[in-house]
Amino acid sequence: MTWIGDNLSLIWEQLSEHLYLAILPVVLGLLIAIPLGYVATRFAWLANPLIALGGVLYSLPSIALFIVLPVILGTQVLDRINIVIALTVYAVSLLIRNVIDGLRSVPPDVRQAAIAVGYGPARRLLTIDLPIAVPVIFAGLRVVTVANISMVSVGAVIGIGGLGELFTLGFQKDFLTPVVVGVVLSLALALLADLLIVILQRVLTPWARVVSSVKAA
Amino acid sequence: MLEYLTDSFNWSGPEGITARIVQHIWYTFAALGLAAVIALPVGLYIGHTRRGAFLAINLGNAARALPSLGLLMIAVLLTNQIGFLPVLIALVALGIPPILTSTYAGLSGVDPATIDAARGMGMTGREILTKVEIPIALPLIISGLRAATLQIVSTATIAALVSLGGLGRYVVDGLKLRDFPQMFSGALLVALLAILLDLLFALAGRVTVSKGLRVD
Repeated sequence: MTWIGDNLSLIWEQLSEHLYLAILPVVLGLLIAIPLGYVATRFAWLANPLIALGGVLYSLPSIALFIVLPVILGTQVLDRINIVIALTVYAVSLLIRNVIDGLRSVPPDVRQAAIAVGYGPARRLLTIDLPIAVPVIFAGLRVVTVANISMVSVGAVIGIGGLGELFTLGFQKDFLTPVVVGVVLSLALALLADLLIVILQRVLTPWARVVSSVKAA
Repeated sequence: MLEYLTDSFNWSGPEGITARIVQHIWYTFAALGLAAVIALPVGLYIGHTRRGAFLAINLGNAARALPSLGLLMIAVLLTNQIGFLPVLIALVALGIPPILTSTYAGLSGVDPATIDAARGMGMTGREILTKVEIPIALPLIISGLRAATLQIVSTATIAALVSLGGLGRYVVDGLKLRDFPQMFSGALLVALLAILLDLLFALAGRVTVSKGLRVD
Protein backbone atom coordinates (compact mmCIF):
# COMPACT_ATOMS: atom_id res chain seq x y z
CA MET A 1 0.00 0.00 0.00
CA THR A 2 2.84 2.42 0.73
CA TRP A 3 4.13 1.61 -2.76
CA ILE A 4 0.93 2.99 -4.23
CA GLY A 5 1.21 6.21 -2.23
CA ASP A 6 4.86 6.66 -3.18
CA ASN A 7 4.28 6.03 -6.86
CA LEU A 8 1.06 7.88 -7.54
CA SER A 9 2.63 10.05 -10.23
CA LEU A 10 4.07 6.99 -12.01
CA ILE A 11 0.72 5.21 -11.86
CA TRP A 12 -1.09 8.28 -13.16
CA GLU A 13 1.41 8.70 -15.96
CA GLN A 14 1.05 5.07 -17.10
CA LEU A 15 -2.72 5.25 -16.77
CA SER A 16 -2.99 8.26 -19.06
CA GLU A 17 -0.48 6.71 -21.46
CA HIS A 18 -2.61 3.56 -21.47
CA LEU A 19 -5.77 5.52 -22.12
CA TYR A 20 -4.14 7.43 -24.98
CA LEU A 21 -2.71 4.28 -26.58
CA ALA A 22 -6.03 2.42 -26.34
CA ILE A 23 -8.61 5.11 -27.18
CA LEU A 24 -6.91 7.03 -29.99
CA PRO A 25 -6.89 3.89 -32.22
CA VAL A 26 -10.60 3.31 -31.54
CA VAL A 27 -11.43 6.85 -32.67
CA LEU A 28 -9.16 6.60 -35.71
CA GLY A 29 -10.56 3.15 -36.48
CA LEU A 30 -14.13 4.46 -36.43
CA LEU A 31 -13.19 7.43 -38.63
CA ILE A 32 -11.68 5.04 -41.20
CA ALA A 33 -14.25 2.23 -40.95
CA ILE A 34 -17.35 4.40 -41.49
CA PRO A 35 -16.40 5.85 -44.90
CA LEU A 36 -14.90 2.49 -45.92
CA GLY A 37 -18.07 0.67 -44.89
CA TYR A 38 -20.20 3.27 -46.68
CA VAL A 39 -18.24 2.76 -49.91
CA ALA A 40 -18.62 -1.01 -49.47
CA THR A 41 -22.40 -0.73 -49.25
CA ARG A 42 -22.50 1.54 -52.33
CA PHE A 43 -20.32 -0.86 -54.33
CA ALA A 44 -21.62 -4.19 -53.06
CA TRP A 45 -18.84 -6.33 -54.61
CA LEU A 46 -16.38 -4.66 -52.21
CA ALA A 47 -18.13 -5.77 -49.03
CA ASN A 48 -17.19 -9.45 -48.82
CA PRO A 49 -13.49 -9.03 -49.72
CA LEU A 50 -13.23 -6.20 -47.16
CA ILE A 51 -14.85 -8.31 -44.42
CA ALA A 52 -12.56 -11.25 -45.27
CA LEU A 53 -9.48 -9.03 -45.23
CA GLY A 54 -10.59 -7.69 -41.85
CA GLY A 55 -10.85 -11.25 -40.54
CA VAL A 56 -7.29 -12.07 -41.58
CA LEU A 57 -5.86 -8.81 -40.18
CA TYR A 58 -7.69 -9.34 -36.91
CA SER A 59 -6.17 -12.80 -36.53
CA LEU A 60 -2.63 -11.38 -36.57
CA PRO A 61 -1.08 -11.52 -33.09
CA SER A 62 -0.75 -8.04 -31.60
CA ILE A 63 2.83 -8.55 -30.46
CA ALA A 64 3.77 -9.60 -34.00
CA LEU A 65 2.11 -6.53 -35.46
CA PHE A 66 3.82 -4.23 -32.93
CA ILE A 67 7.18 -5.55 -34.13
CA VAL A 68 6.63 -6.01 -37.86
CA LEU A 69 5.00 -2.60 -38.44
CA PRO A 70 8.20 -0.61 -37.97
CA VAL A 71 9.81 -2.62 -40.79
CA ILE A 72 6.91 -1.80 -43.09
CA LEU A 73 6.56 1.83 -42.00
CA GLY A 74 10.21 2.60 -41.41
CA THR A 75 9.56 3.81 -37.87
CA GLN A 76 11.60 3.02 -34.77
CA VAL A 77 10.71 -0.23 -32.97
CA LEU A 78 10.19 1.65 -29.71
CA ASP A 79 7.98 4.33 -31.21
CA ARG A 80 4.45 4.66 -29.74
CA ILE A 81 3.11 5.22 -33.22
CA ASN A 82 3.54 1.48 -33.89
CA ILE A 83 1.12 0.59 -31.11
CA VAL A 84 -1.35 3.23 -32.25
CA ILE A 85 -1.26 2.05 -35.87
CA ALA A 86 -1.40 -1.66 -34.94
CA LEU A 87 -4.45 -1.13 -32.74
CA THR A 88 -6.04 1.09 -35.40
CA VAL A 89 -5.62 -1.78 -37.87
CA TYR A 90 -7.44 -4.07 -35.42
CA ALA A 91 -10.17 -1.52 -34.83
CA VAL A 92 -10.80 -1.02 -38.55
CA SER A 93 -10.69 -4.73 -39.34
CA LEU A 94 -13.31 -5.50 -36.70
CA LEU A 95 -15.47 -2.39 -37.14
CA ILE A 96 -15.70 -2.65 -40.92
CA ARG A 97 -17.94 -5.68 -40.57
CA ASN A 98 -20.22 -3.94 -38.07
CA VAL A 99 -20.42 -0.78 -40.17
CA ILE A 100 -21.39 -2.78 -43.26
CA ASP A 101 -23.92 -4.88 -41.34
CA GLY A 102 -25.28 -1.76 -39.67
CA LEU A 103 -25.73 0.17 -42.91
CA ARG A 104 -27.32 -2.89 -44.49
CA SER A 105 -29.81 -3.06 -41.60
CA VAL A 106 -31.43 0.19 -42.72
CA PRO A 107 -34.90 -0.77 -44.04
CA PRO A 108 -35.19 -0.01 -47.78
CA ASP A 109 -38.53 1.75 -47.36
CA VAL A 110 -37.02 4.12 -44.81
CA ARG A 111 -34.25 4.97 -47.26
CA GLN A 112 -36.76 5.43 -50.08
CA ALA A 113 -38.91 7.65 -47.91
CA ALA A 114 -35.88 9.85 -47.24
CA ILE A 115 -35.12 10.06 -50.96
CA ALA A 116 -38.74 10.90 -51.67
CA VAL A 117 -38.70 13.73 -49.13
CA GLY A 118 -35.68 15.11 -50.97
CA TYR A 119 -32.72 14.06 -48.81
CA GLY A 120 -29.38 14.07 -50.62
CA PRO A 121 -26.86 11.23 -50.18
CA ALA A 122 -24.76 13.01 -47.54
CA ARG A 123 -27.73 14.15 -45.47
CA ARG A 124 -29.27 10.69 -45.74
CA LEU A 125 -26.08 9.04 -44.52
CA LEU A 126 -25.68 11.39 -41.57
CA THR A 127 -29.28 11.73 -40.43
CA ILE A 128 -30.88 8.42 -41.48
CA ASP A 129 -28.42 5.58 -42.24
CA LEU A 130 -25.81 6.11 -39.54
CA PRO A 131 -28.26 6.70 -36.65
CA ILE A 132 -30.14 3.51 -37.59
CA ALA A 133 -26.82 1.64 -37.79
CA VAL A 134 -25.67 2.88 -34.36
CA PRO A 135 -26.65 -0.24 -32.36
CA VAL A 136 -24.77 -2.58 -34.71
CA ILE A 137 -21.73 -0.32 -35.01
CA PHE A 138 -21.63 0.24 -31.26
CA ALA A 139 -21.68 -3.51 -30.59
CA GLY A 140 -18.37 -3.69 -32.47
CA LEU A 141 -17.13 -0.53 -30.81
CA ARG A 142 -17.58 -2.10 -27.37
CA VAL A 143 -15.61 -5.20 -28.33
CA VAL A 144 -12.80 -3.18 -29.91
CA THR A 145 -12.49 -0.80 -27.00
CA VAL A 146 -12.28 -3.51 -24.35
CA ALA A 147 -9.91 -5.60 -26.47
CA ASN A 148 -7.66 -2.60 -27.13
CA ILE A 149 -7.44 -1.68 -23.47
CA SER A 150 -6.32 -5.20 -22.63
CA MET A 151 -3.99 -5.44 -25.65
CA VAL A 152 -2.10 -2.22 -24.97
CA SER A 153 -0.38 -3.82 -22.01
CA VAL A 154 1.20 -6.43 -24.28
CA GLY A 155 3.22 -3.55 -25.68
CA ALA A 156 5.17 -3.61 -22.43
CA VAL A 157 6.99 -6.65 -23.79
CA ILE A 158 8.70 -4.30 -26.23
CA GLY A 159 8.85 -1.44 -23.77
CA ILE A 160 5.80 0.73 -24.57
CA GLY A 161 2.66 -0.27 -22.79
CA GLY A 162 1.08 2.12 -20.33
CA LEU A 163 -0.14 0.04 -17.41
CA GLY A 164 1.70 -2.96 -18.85
CA GLU A 165 4.90 -1.31 -17.67
CA LEU A 166 3.69 -1.82 -14.11
CA PHE A 167 3.54 -5.56 -14.88
CA THR A 168 7.13 -5.76 -16.05
CA LEU A 169 8.23 -3.52 -13.18
CA GLY A 170 6.59 -5.78 -10.58
CA PHE A 171 7.94 -8.86 -12.29
CA GLN A 172 11.51 -7.57 -12.32
CA LYS A 173 11.34 -6.58 -8.67
CA ASP A 174 9.48 -9.76 -7.63
CA PHE A 175 6.83 -7.52 -6.15
CA LEU A 176 3.09 -8.14 -6.51
CA THR A 177 1.62 -4.70 -5.72
CA PRO A 178 2.38 -2.88 -9.01
CA VAL A 179 1.09 -5.85 -11.02
CA VAL A 180 -2.19 -5.94 -9.10
CA VAL A 181 -2.54 -2.16 -9.39
CA GLY A 182 -1.97 -2.44 -13.14
CA VAL A 183 -4.50 -5.25 -13.60
CA VAL A 184 -7.16 -3.56 -11.47
CA LEU A 185 -6.74 -0.20 -13.21
CA SER A 186 -6.77 -1.84 -16.62
CA LEU A 187 -9.98 -3.72 -15.77
CA ALA A 188 -11.57 -0.59 -14.33
CA LEU A 189 -10.61 1.38 -17.41
CA ALA A 190 -12.17 -1.24 -19.70
CA LEU A 191 -15.40 -1.44 -17.71
CA LEU A 192 -15.66 2.35 -17.50
CA ALA A 193 -15.05 2.78 -21.23
CA ASP A 194 -17.64 0.11 -21.96
CA LEU A 195 -20.16 1.84 -19.72
CA LEU A 196 -19.51 5.20 -21.40
CA ILE A 197 -20.11 3.67 -24.83
CA VAL A 198 -23.40 2.16 -23.64
CA ILE A 199 -24.49 5.54 -22.27
CA LEU A 200 -23.43 7.28 -25.49
CA GLN A 201 -25.47 4.77 -27.47
CA ARG A 202 -28.54 5.51 -25.35
CA VAL A 203 -28.06 9.23 -25.92
CA LEU A 204 -27.62 8.77 -29.65
CA THR A 205 -30.67 6.52 -30.06
CA PRO A 206 -33.42 8.09 -27.94
CA TRP A 207 -36.10 6.34 -30.02
CA ALA A 208 -34.87 2.91 -28.88
CA ARG A 209 -36.17 3.62 -25.38
CA VAL A 210 -39.52 4.80 -26.69
CA VAL A 211 -39.91 1.68 -28.80
CA SER A 212 -39.00 -0.68 -25.97
CA SER A 213 -41.32 1.05 -23.50
CA VAL A 214 -44.12 0.82 -26.02
CA LYS A 215 -43.39 -2.88 -26.41
CA ALA A 216 -43.37 -3.33 -22.65
CA ALA A 217 -46.75 -1.63 -22.38
CA MET B 1 14.72 -10.90 -41.84
CA LEU B 2 14.66 -13.32 -44.76
CA GLU B 3 18.28 -14.15 -44.15
CA TYR B 4 17.47 -15.22 -40.63
CA LEU B 5 14.56 -17.36 -41.73
CA THR B 6 16.27 -18.97 -44.70
CA ASP B 7 19.45 -19.88 -42.82
CA SER B 8 19.04 -23.62 -42.24
CA PHE B 9 21.31 -23.36 -39.17
CA ASN B 10 18.52 -21.45 -37.40
CA TRP B 11 15.97 -24.17 -38.01
CA SER B 12 17.59 -27.22 -36.40
CA GLY B 13 18.60 -28.20 -32.88
CA PRO B 14 16.84 -27.88 -29.51
CA GLU B 15 16.75 -24.08 -29.87
CA GLY B 16 15.99 -24.08 -33.58
CA ILE B 17 12.86 -22.72 -35.20
CA THR B 18 11.32 -26.19 -35.67
CA ALA B 19 11.65 -26.97 -31.95
CA ARG B 20 10.27 -23.53 -31.03
CA ILE B 21 7.24 -24.02 -33.25
CA VAL B 22 6.55 -27.40 -31.63
CA GLN B 23 6.83 -25.82 -28.16
CA HIS B 24 4.56 -22.97 -29.19
CA ILE B 25 1.93 -25.36 -30.50
CA TRP B 26 2.20 -27.45 -27.34
CA TYR B 27 1.56 -24.45 -25.06
CA THR B 28 -1.33 -23.40 -27.26
CA PHE B 29 -3.08 -26.76 -27.30
CA ALA B 30 -2.45 -27.51 -23.63
CA ALA B 31 -4.09 -24.20 -22.69
CA LEU B 32 -6.86 -24.54 -25.27
CA GLY B 33 -7.66 -28.09 -24.13
CA LEU B 34 -7.82 -27.11 -20.49
CA ALA B 35 -9.90 -24.00 -21.23
CA ALA B 36 -12.31 -26.12 -23.29
CA VAL B 37 -12.59 -28.76 -20.57
CA ILE B 38 -13.63 -26.02 -18.14
CA ALA B 39 -15.68 -23.73 -20.37
CA LEU B 40 -17.57 -26.17 -22.62
CA PRO B 41 -19.49 -28.04 -19.88
CA VAL B 42 -20.31 -24.80 -18.09
CA GLY B 43 -21.47 -23.17 -21.31
CA LEU B 44 -23.55 -26.23 -22.22
CA TYR B 45 -25.09 -26.36 -18.77
CA ILE B 46 -26.02 -22.69 -18.79
CA GLY B 47 -27.30 -22.84 -22.36
CA HIS B 48 -29.33 -26.00 -21.77
CA THR B 49 -30.90 -25.02 -18.45
CA ARG B 50 -30.82 -21.23 -19.09
CA ARG B 51 -29.67 -20.84 -15.51
CA GLY B 52 -27.04 -18.29 -14.49
CA ALA B 53 -26.86 -16.79 -17.95
CA PHE B 54 -26.69 -13.19 -16.79
CA LEU B 55 -23.79 -13.93 -14.46
CA ALA B 56 -21.88 -15.99 -17.02
CA ILE B 57 -22.20 -13.44 -19.80
CA ASN B 58 -21.15 -10.50 -17.68
CA LEU B 59 -18.27 -12.36 -16.05
CA GLY B 60 -17.21 -13.58 -19.47
CA ASN B 61 -17.19 -10.06 -20.87
CA ALA B 62 -15.38 -8.64 -17.88
CA ALA B 63 -12.75 -11.39 -18.13
CA ARG B 64 -12.06 -10.34 -21.72
CA ALA B 65 -10.71 -7.10 -20.34
CA LEU B 66 -8.14 -8.89 -18.17
CA PRO B 67 -4.66 -8.09 -19.44
CA SER B 68 -2.98 -11.48 -19.99
CA LEU B 69 0.49 -10.10 -19.34
CA GLY B 70 -0.58 -8.88 -15.90
CA LEU B 71 -2.28 -12.18 -15.23
CA LEU B 72 0.92 -14.03 -16.09
CA MET B 73 2.93 -11.85 -13.71
CA ILE B 74 0.42 -12.36 -10.91
CA ALA B 75 0.47 -16.12 -11.54
CA VAL B 76 4.27 -16.12 -11.40
CA LEU B 77 4.39 -14.16 -8.17
CA LEU B 78 1.58 -16.12 -6.49
CA THR B 79 2.70 -19.63 -7.46
CA ASN B 80 6.22 -18.50 -6.72
CA GLN B 81 7.58 -20.30 -9.72
CA ILE B 82 8.76 -19.41 -13.15
CA GLY B 83 7.76 -21.83 -15.83
CA PHE B 84 4.89 -23.73 -17.35
CA LEU B 85 2.29 -23.46 -14.56
CA PRO B 86 1.90 -19.65 -14.51
CA VAL B 87 1.90 -19.54 -18.31
CA LEU B 88 -0.80 -22.19 -18.39
CA ILE B 89 -2.90 -20.30 -15.83
CA ALA B 90 -2.70 -17.05 -17.81
CA LEU B 91 -3.45 -18.70 -21.16
CA VAL B 92 -6.35 -20.80 -19.81
CA ALA B 93 -7.89 -17.67 -18.27
CA LEU B 94 -7.60 -16.06 -21.69
CA GLY B 95 -9.29 -18.98 -23.45
CA ILE B 96 -12.27 -19.51 -21.17
CA PRO B 97 -14.40 -16.38 -21.91
CA PRO B 98 -14.74 -16.75 -25.70
CA ILE B 99 -15.51 -20.49 -25.44
CA LEU B 100 -17.99 -20.02 -22.60
CA THR B 101 -19.90 -17.10 -24.08
CA SER B 102 -20.20 -18.49 -27.60
CA THR B 103 -21.20 -21.97 -26.37
CA TYR B 104 -23.92 -20.36 -24.33
CA ALA B 105 -24.92 -18.08 -27.21
CA GLY B 106 -25.07 -21.04 -29.58
CA LEU B 107 -27.36 -23.03 -27.32
CA SER B 108 -29.60 -20.15 -26.41
CA GLY B 109 -30.04 -19.36 -30.10
CA VAL B 110 -31.71 -22.71 -30.74
CA ASP B 111 -35.36 -22.14 -31.65
CA PRO B 112 -37.53 -23.13 -28.65
CA ALA B 113 -40.03 -24.69 -31.06
CA THR B 114 -37.31 -27.10 -32.22
CA ILE B 115 -36.64 -28.15 -28.63
CA ASP B 116 -40.36 -28.54 -27.98
CA ALA B 117 -40.63 -30.71 -31.08
CA ALA B 118 -37.76 -32.90 -29.87
CA ARG B 119 -39.41 -33.21 -26.47
CA GLY B 120 -42.71 -34.03 -28.14
CA MET B 121 -40.98 -36.87 -29.96
CA GLY B 122 -40.04 -38.28 -26.56
CA MET B 123 -36.37 -37.23 -26.39
CA THR B 124 -34.85 -36.98 -22.93
CA GLY B 125 -33.00 -33.89 -21.79
CA ARG B 126 -29.67 -35.55 -22.57
CA GLU B 127 -30.81 -36.56 -26.03
CA ILE B 128 -32.08 -33.07 -26.75
CA LEU B 129 -28.69 -31.68 -25.72
CA THR B 130 -26.55 -34.08 -27.73
CA LYS B 131 -28.76 -34.65 -30.76
CA VAL B 132 -30.46 -31.28 -31.19
CA GLU B 133 -28.89 -28.42 -29.28
CA ILE B 134 -25.18 -29.18 -29.74
CA PRO B 135 -25.39 -29.88 -33.50
CA ILE B 136 -27.35 -26.69 -34.08
CA ALA B 137 -25.03 -24.68 -31.85
CA LEU B 138 -21.88 -26.21 -33.36
CA PRO B 139 -20.97 -23.35 -35.73
CA LEU B 140 -20.95 -20.90 -32.82
CA ILE B 141 -19.16 -23.35 -30.49
CA ILE B 142 -16.44 -23.78 -33.10
CA SER B 143 -16.14 -20.05 -33.64
CA GLY B 144 -15.65 -19.66 -29.88
CA LEU B 145 -12.89 -22.27 -29.92
CA ARG B 146 -11.40 -20.52 -32.92
CA ALA B 147 -11.37 -17.13 -31.22
CA ALA B 148 -9.84 -18.70 -28.10
CA THR B 149 -7.14 -20.41 -30.17
CA LEU B 150 -6.21 -17.21 -31.94
CA GLN B 151 -5.85 -15.32 -28.69
CA ILE B 152 -3.92 -18.10 -27.01
CA VAL B 153 -1.53 -18.67 -29.90
CA SER B 154 -0.64 -15.00 -30.11
CA THR B 155 -0.39 -14.56 -26.37
CA ALA B 156 1.72 -17.71 -25.89
CA THR B 157 4.50 -15.41 -27.08
CA ILE B 158 4.72 -14.04 -23.55
CA ALA B 159 5.79 -17.48 -22.24
CA ALA B 160 9.30 -16.44 -23.24
CA LEU B 161 9.16 -13.67 -20.62
CA VAL B 162 9.22 -16.28 -17.88
CA SER B 163 12.10 -18.16 -19.51
CA LEU B 164 10.02 -20.74 -21.36
CA GLY B 165 10.42 -21.52 -25.05
CA GLY B 166 8.09 -21.07 -27.96
CA LEU B 167 8.30 -18.50 -30.72
CA GLY B 168 8.25 -15.66 -28.20
CA ARG B 169 11.88 -16.54 -27.45
CA TYR B 170 12.94 -14.80 -30.67
CA VAL B 171 10.94 -11.72 -29.80
CA VAL B 172 12.25 -11.46 -26.24
CA ASP B 173 15.84 -12.45 -27.01
CA GLY B 174 15.89 -10.35 -30.14
CA LEU B 175 14.74 -7.31 -28.18
CA LYS B 176 17.41 -7.83 -25.51
CA LEU B 177 20.19 -8.28 -28.06
CA ARG B 178 18.79 -5.52 -30.29
CA ASP B 179 18.79 -8.23 -32.95
CA PHE B 180 15.79 -6.97 -34.85
CA PRO B 181 15.86 -9.49 -37.72
CA GLN B 182 15.51 -12.24 -35.09
CA MET B 183 12.60 -10.36 -33.49
CA PHE B 184 10.81 -9.86 -36.79
CA SER B 185 11.30 -13.50 -37.70
CA GLY B 186 9.67 -14.60 -34.45
CA ALA B 187 6.77 -12.20 -34.91
CA LEU B 188 6.25 -13.30 -38.51
CA LEU B 189 6.26 -16.99 -37.52
CA VAL B 190 3.65 -16.37 -34.79
CA ALA B 191 1.46 -14.56 -37.31
CA LEU B 192 1.80 -17.40 -39.83
CA LEU B 193 1.01 -19.99 -37.17
CA ALA B 194 -2.10 -18.04 -36.15
CA ILE B 195 -3.33 -17.82 -39.74
CA LEU B 196 -2.67 -21.53 -40.26
CA LEU B 197 -4.62 -22.51 -37.12
CA ASP B 198 -7.43 -20.18 -38.18
CA LEU B 199 -7.66 -21.96 -41.53
CA LEU B 200 -7.71 -25.34 -39.77
CA PHE B 201 -10.68 -24.23 -37.69
CA ALA B 202 -12.48 -22.93 -40.76
CA LEU B 203 -11.97 -26.38 -42.27
CA ALA B 204 -13.10 -28.17 -39.10
CA GLY B 205 -16.25 -26.04 -39.16
CA ARG B 206 -17.03 -27.16 -42.69
CA VAL B 207 -16.46 -30.82 -41.93
CA THR B 208 -18.33 -31.14 -38.64
CA VAL B 209 -21.39 -28.98 -39.14
CA SER B 210 -24.41 -30.97 -40.21
CA LYS B 211 -25.33 -30.63 -43.88
CA GLY B 212 -28.87 -29.61 -43.05
CA LEU B 213 -27.58 -26.55 -41.18
CA ARG B 214 -25.30 -25.19 -43.87
CA VAL B 215 -26.37 -21.87 -45.17
CA ASP B 216 -24.04 -21.60 -48.12
